[in-house]
Amino acid sequence: MDTYTALRHFADSWAVLGLLIFFGGVVLWVFRPGSREIYKDSANMIFRNESKPKDD
Amino acid sequence: MLDGIKIAALGVMTFLFAMAANYGQEFVYQVHAVLLMLASAAAFIWAVRSTGSPKVAAAAPVEKGYMDEVVRYGVIATAFWGVVGFSAGTYIAWELAFPHLNWDLPWTSFGRLRPLHTSAVIFAFGGNALIATSFYVVQRTCATRLWGGNLAWFVFWGYNLFIVLAATGYVLGSTQSKEYAEPEWYVDLWLTIVWVAYLAIYLGTLVKRKEPHIYVANWFFLSFIVTVAMLHVVNNIAIPTSIWSSQSVILFPGVQGAMVQWWYGHNAVGFFLTAGFLGMMYYFVPKQAERPVYSYKLSIIHFWALIFLYIWAGPHHLHYTALPDWAQVLGMVFSVILWMPSWGGMINGLMTLQGAWDKLRTDPILRMLVVSVGFYGMSTFEGPMMAVRAVNSLSHYTDWTIGHVHSGALGWNGMITFGALYYLVPRLWHRERLYSITLVSWHFWLATIGIVLYASSMWVSGIMQGLMWREVDAQGFLVNSFADTVAAMHPMYVVRATGGILYLTGGIIMAYNLFKTAVGAGESTAPATTVAAE
Repeated sequence: MDTYTALRHFADSWAVLGLLIFFGGVVLWVFRPGSREIYKDSANMIFRNESKPKDD
Repeated sequence: MLDGIKIAALGVMTFLFAMAANYGQEFVYQVHAVLLMLASAAAFIWAVRSTGSPKVAAAAPVEKGYMDEVVRYGVIATAFWGVVGFSAGTYIAWELAFPHLNWDLPWTSFGRLRPLHTSAVIFAFGGNALIATSFYVVQRTCATRLWGGNLAWFVFWGYNLFIVLAATGYVLGSTQSKEYAEPEWYVDLWLTIVWVAYLAIYLGTLVKRKEPHIYVANWFFLSFIVTVAMLHVVNNIAIPTSIWSSQSVILFPGVQGAMVQWWYGHNAVGFFLTAGFLGMMYYFVPKQAERPVYSYKLSIIHFWALIFLYIWAGPHHLHYTALPDWAQVLGMVFSVILWMPSWGGMINGLMTLQGAWDKLRTDPILRMLVVSVGFYGMSTFEGPMMAVRAVNSLSHYTDWTIGHVHSGALGWNGMITFGALYYLVPRLWHRERLYSITLVSWHFWLATIGIVLYASSMWVSGIMQGLMWREVDAQGFLVNSFADTVAAMHPMYVVRATGGILYLTGGIIMAYNLFKTAVGAGESTAPATTVAAE
């Protein structure tokens, strides 16, 4: 089996599966219990530290 | 010691570029060698003059606060290159309507000015905007100063040197004939060095952040930097014919070369013009609306979906070519799926205004940002539709594509950059407010009407062109010659160029307004109060 065929075979089987599982995992992770409060804080990060770094 | 090495290296570089100017085989190579020689001589003199100054004492107070001086330079460069790029585009639009405007000179021919226009708006205007805003945003969201000290200055000056080399090369006829990657091998190498420094600064700043979470805008900016590095390096692999020549031979032949080029080309749209500018959207829209982004969860899903899908969409540029059918279908399918994350991002941007829609009546900057997100939604619907093979058989190689690109570039990239510039200038120069809000409104309407003229004339022109090309008579002969379609498109070309004038006028008004703001014209009180607030 030449390199192209081997890579192609890997790409349309395990690689696709791995990427899909990763993406599904991200979606599940985002909706984990308790994420609402964490993301509320993250979304408001931009309104802090406007004019100078935190420890200055 | 380090200063000594730096000075010696710059001296050797100046000498080598002088040699290159002497041995160069083409005129453009010699011009570039002289430019590089002057640049390294200037850096040499700067290094000699700044050496030996008492570092420890001088450096300590400078290291405090955010590094905003380089952002200010980036903002100036963005406004300047914007006006240059819009002017070049408007000029070649008139050239297409009235070909005599090329004056029968090689330097002003459409083939040379067109890459000058595309690179000036995408890489000079867009690139400087991305570098400046990413430096501004990463510092505020990481609550820390930029990593790397003067490396940020190297990135700014190095990137703009790349633009000057690219632009002069196009006018003098130097090109490797890859769309949006026209510069020859030595210019590509220089950009690679600058880009690695940019990546290092960005990663370094993220590593030393004072906030536990990395804000979503930084994810988009980082993916833009990493992916553009990968695309640029792979697409520009070429073997120079001589170290004293600008000519090179591209590594990938035939259809592989075409696929690598459009893998690059489409992902330049996906990661330079989309992911990077989405980083701007996720910071400046919530800031200007004074409320957090609509859904932070959606922003994370938006990011990963966009990253996973965009990279596969390139083959839709090669429908009905020698590219294998399965690859064409793959590109088409991924382009259509891509519609979903794109609209997810658009909804997230627009819904951030939930409960604050009334601000659109009074705040033309917010209006600009919102219209920009609207154009993003429109062109990310149009794009997947045009990637469908049946539609593409009509639209490809026609002006419809040009119209599509410009509704994205003028509408989405242009408007969000204008919004960001109007946001940044008063803050960076410590002014109470912009010089004139009325002029922002003028800019908004001139730009919007300009885009509408551009996009609608290109729809008419492109669909007409596609239908004329495929029209056959009862015996199966083609009805129209190519020149017939060119003549039929003339009125639409005039409308398009008029739209360009409107858009350019808006850009000039913006540059004037930003300049007056920066110098402090029309300030009601002394700016002492705002400085004290720091």
